[in-house]
Amino acid sequence: MTPEQFEVKANPALWERLGMNVERFSGMPKMLTEAFRGIYLSQKNRPARMEYFDGMIAELHSGRVEELVTAKDAGRPVVGTFCVYVPEEVIMAVGGICVGLCGGSQGSIPDAEKVLPRNICPMVKSAFGFKLGKICPYFQAVDLVYGETTCDAKKKTWELLDREVPTHVMEIPQMKRARDKALWLEEVKDFTSKMEEVSGRKATAEGIGAAIRVMNAKRLALQRLNDLRHHTPSPISGKDMLLIQQIAFYDDPARFTANVNELCDELDERIAAGVAVAPAATPRVMVSGTPMALPNWKLHHLIESAGAVVVNEESCIGTRYYKDLTDESTATVDEQLSLLTDRYMKIDCSCFTPNDDRIEQVLVEYRASGAQGLIDYCLQFCHTYNIEAVKLREMCEREGIPFLAIETDYSPEDVGQLQTRIEAFIEQIRG
Amino acid sequence: MLIGIDLGSRSIKLAAVKDGILAESLVVESGFAPHDQAALLLARFNARRVVSTGYGRHLAQRHFAGEIITEIKAHALGARHADPSCETVLDVGGQDSKVINLDGAGRVKNFQMNDKCAAGTGRFLEIMAATLGYTLAEFGEAALAAREGNAIGSMCAVFAESEVISLKNRGTPPEAIARSVHLAIVDRLAAMLNKAGHGRRLVFSGGAARNRALVGLLEERLGVRFTVPERPEIMGALGAALHAGTLD
Repeated sequence: MTPEQFEVKANPALWERLGMNVERFSGMPKMLTEAFRGIYLSQKNRPARMEYFDGMIAELHSGRVEELVTAKDAGRPVVGTFCVYVPEEVIMAVGGICVGLCGGSQGSIPDAEKVLPRNICPMVKSAFGFKLGKICPYFQAVDLVYGETTCDAKKKTWELLDREVPTHVMEIPQMKRARDKALWLEEVKDFTSKMEEVSGRKATAEGIGAAIRVMNAKRLALQRLNDLRHHTPSPISGKDMLLIQQIAFYDDPARFTANVNELCDELDERIAAGVAVAPAATPRVMVSGTPMALPNWKLHHLIESAGAVVVNEESCIGTRYYKDLTDESTATVDEQLSLLTDRYMKIDCSCFTPNDDRIEQVLVEYRASGAQGLIDYCLQFCHTYNIEAVKLREMCEREGIPFLAIETDYSPEDVGQLQTRIEAFIEQIRG
Repeated sequence: MLIGIDLGSRSIKLAAVKDGILAESLVVESGFAPHDQAALLLARFNARRVVSTGYGRHLAQRHFAGEIITEIKAHALGARHADPSCETVLDVGGQDSKVINLDGAGRVKNFQMNDKCAAGTGRFLEIMAATLGYTLAEFGEAALAAREGNAIGSMCAVFAESEVISLKNRGTPPEAIARSVHLAIVDRLAAMLNKAGHGRRLVFSGGAARNRALVGLLEERLGVRFTVPERPEIMGALGAALHAGTLD
């Protein structure tokens, strides 16, 4: 596909039906089209099978939303989320669909700031603004939003969001002791009852078991892709990888898995044939930190435009979503929920204290990815990740790893300054 | 002749190096078309190679520069030229302030840069001087003349300006206010240096290093001595020219 052929499709009739602010939203596909052409389709040597994922972006505001609406019409509940700490398997077990909601764009922040304080994280503001402004088709399509208590801004915003759309909040423990795990298991059980109530269907052992297998397959496919991408020279760009990890949150899981595996087959061939996105000598950078909700491509675009390649994301939109699988060997619902809880308790979100497992995990992934420097990305006002960067810096100093901490938001105003810092960091890697 | 040209936010600096020695340097205001300004400067030289740095480096590359390096690397190279055993560079430029730590071979080990606001930059000094009706040179001298003054509380350029205005309206002598503003910037720069860590051999580069009050107060605060190059504002351009010499 040439960049000129690519277009994010519009469907005003569908948007109308979803109660969206159609007039305001109709500019959105065009803006995204421009951004996607410039940032993604201008890349050289992309794998051919990126076409599927480009197609998912083309259908972001239309085809995929239609699928959700059709599923809703057939009685399947749609649950919107903002966190990887969601037992997606429970939603799937009752026939529900789990989608990540909008929260990665500057455009909705003024809507949110009419209500929320300015000095909170851009992701929370962006998400809340998307709902208030009725400018996110996914937000309009959900039956329920799943909220969690991973940070203060989120947990208090959910109270306000609940006025706009039913919001179920689960308490995420902040330590990982036995009693915390017990608390979270109770929360998972409550959430299961909630999903049974919303769907009118029972979460059976069979249903949960099938969902665990689907999610394990999806996570394995992403692990396979990430392993392939670690090859030097990289067969796929960091930007494309980020895009796939973003799409993981709203695509149909089984279809997504099949397409990721097909892409992996192509990457196998590319590696065997020596085809890469950049020469082997290209500086390799790993990114850690806060998630980058679609269409937040700012940092990756800056890094790769400055002549490096991003080789790993230790992030919720990244390895934190797929590094752990769930044991498939159990028979009863109680056992399954307990094993799901075990799996989710391995997520090293910075809301936990202590959280040294994460520092070790970053080092493991750094080594595995063949990176030559670590950039820690922090959304403004995300205090837990920002403070945890102190420990990351210490680890990097100890291990002799070049380290750069970046705190930013969705606005373009610091792009010039970030460009200088990132280019200097790449110069530092080059030596 | 090897030319380094630094297209900064406030001014364009050019350094011409011959046989590893600074032969000539020029400074002009950036103006509205920095690449045209820069091209005029360049026309005066028979350059063998041009390396550009600064905010306008990409613009320069599109028009005339063969290669670009960041200000971080450029100041590291320039400072190392001023003091071959330099371990840490403090550069206070028009839009940014940075602390750059170097390893034994002079390579950048790590660096810190201010975030996107003007706090602790040359621009902050300019705004405060203008609020008090001083030129930049007078501003530093006034701060030196004052005996008293406590750091003003705000480092946001907009809030600091209103703080300065209210001090003026309370009858505080302008010299004392000048000193207060300098102390506030010193607080900020000292915090950056302490956070980044620094060696004992420090070079203060960038136009703000011409301000004796700023350098003196910062030395007092940190208990260190800075090497201030004869022409601190051209250290980035000099670094770029020196880099040009490594490309042969």
